[in-house]
Amino acid sequence: MKALVAIKRVLDYSIQVRVKPDQTDVDLAGSKMSINPFDEVAIEEALRLKEAGIVSEIVTVTIGASVAQDVLRHALAMGVDRVTLLETDTAPDSLGVAKLLAALVKDEQPGLILLGKQAIDDDAAQAGAMLSALLGWPQASAASKIVIADGKALVTREIDGGTQTVQLTLPAVISADLRLNDPRFVKLPNLMMAKKKPINTVTANSLGVPFAARQQQVRVSEPAQRPAGVLVKSVAELVAALKAKGALQ
Amino acid sequence: MSTLLLADHDGHQLKKATLQAITAAQAFNTPVDVLVLGSDTAAVAAQAASIAGVARVIAVSAPHLAHLLPEDAAAIILGQLNAGYTTVIAAHTTLGKDTLPRVAALRDVGMASDVIRIHARGQYERPIYAGNAIATIHSDEAMQVLTIRATSYAAAAAGNSAEIISRSAPAAQAGSQWLADDHKISDRPELATAPVVVSGGRCLGERFDEVLAPLAARLGAALGATRAAVDAGLAPNEIQVGQTGTIVAPELYIAAGISGAAQHLGGMKDSKVIVAINTDPDAPIFKVADIGIVADLFDVVPELTRQLG
Repeated sequence: MKALVAIKRVLDYSIQVRVKPDQTDVDLAGSKMSINPFDEVAIEEALRLKEAGIVSEIVTVTIGASVAQDVLRHALAMGVDRVTLLETDTAPDSLGVAKLLAALVKDEQPGLILLGKQAIDDDAAQAGAMLSALLGWPQASAASKIVIADGKALVTREIDGGTQTVQLTLPAVISADLRLNDPRFVKLPNLMMAKKKPINTVTANSLGVPFAARQQQVRVSEPAQRPAGVLVKSVAELVAALKAKGALQ
Repeated sequence: MSTLLLADHDGHQLKKATLQAITAAQAFNTPVDVLVLGSDTAAVAAQAASIAGVARVIAVSAPHLAHLLPEDAAAIILGQLNAGYTTVIAAHTTLGKDTLPRVAALRDVGMASDVIRIHARGQYERPIYAGNAIATIHSDEAMQVLTIRATSYAAAAAGNSAEIISRSAPAAQAGSQWLADDHKISDRPELATAPVVVSGGRCLGERFDEVLAPLAARLGAALGATRAAVDAGLAPNEIQVGQTGTIVAPELYIAAGISGAAQHLGGMKDSKVIVAINTDPDAPIFKVADIGIVADLFDVVPELTRQLG
């Protein structure tokens, strides 16, 4: 079975987010960019399924400008078999991503699609469910355990207040939560070798699906700052301060 | 023009998040119909009909909706959407975030997730980058599809007797099947809606429950934890507070031994009063705290519990 893993290049999770002074967007200039952490978990899961003999080939795809090659190299260094860049300078929204991936699925015919449950930049958490709907394949979001046997995926997923287990008939779309696994550390020699591997670059426009964002970002602003608090010296002062704020019922 | 609101419930009553979404939906100034799906929707539909601001309740009962899957929920919503609806809305709960993207994709419209403010139809504010920035987005879609961050809105109150309409369900989809839910049984209030949350970080170690539980019991609080504490196995994942866990905005949030990673702050910084207890005076948690104490939580928390009596 072939697994398709969709990944996104985002501002590295450890980098402090800055809003541009003109409030048009977040300032990414010169900042370290990395693979979305949830997508890295999705890759790791595909690798483990391959090591278990369930997945035979792993294809990783990302959508973006040519700079997005770096996250595909990271995927190659982790051990995926092939990578595809759907190249575009126009950032699609989640619906556009889902449409492009659905078009790619027609060519690749994977038995399983893995991706992160959300990207840590726009936090939309839409692409997996949208892709599942467009393909008419079953979905499981926020997976923390995946067991595949007999053409079915038994997925434990994180839901409000607990976990849920569902059984999906493959092919299916599964989005990864952080607790699914701990992605392997990429060794330097693997990273060097990954630089020599080919990247299949396809112009996103050539897939013949409209993917331009349907929503405009009007403004990006800093979140409202909370007023400065007080430091207290003792528990007695803490209790008094809580009472003064009416926080104790 | 009207709005269809997907209700999230436990089979007995509406989740508070749905009551909060009903408040948010009033911003569209169009009638709000609440869609209740389940195996036996009578009690929940009756409750929904009693909520102010609800125009009609559409109840769909079928055995296969007992454990509602997004594939079935989305199919039912799409079947209702030819009746003059121009907006589909839900709380950003597991059900809402699993289901509404399917509806948007199959209607070929963009969607706005986790909206914290509705300026006007098609103009929304939503947090991005774990709440480190707020985006205002504009959408001209004829069908607006959005999920609401419940904690940004007050719960709609009772005071209504809306009409309840029963509709039949389409056949169950075959691709996915519910097998089991595993909810931890707890005497404490539900984390997402608790008025007080006592939360701890990894430094609590094996004493997580021993130190925090008495304070939580005294305050009638839910317990929360950081991602690091959950990853270290000190606390179950369902009590993780953060942008990728549960987002809370209680009246009082007590952060014990929590440094304040952006991911965590994104899930609790809308709390009304924040107390930070940490030995590191430079911990980012103090930047959002209303009351801070630079001290050892192993001294402060038991003493606080004692002084509260």
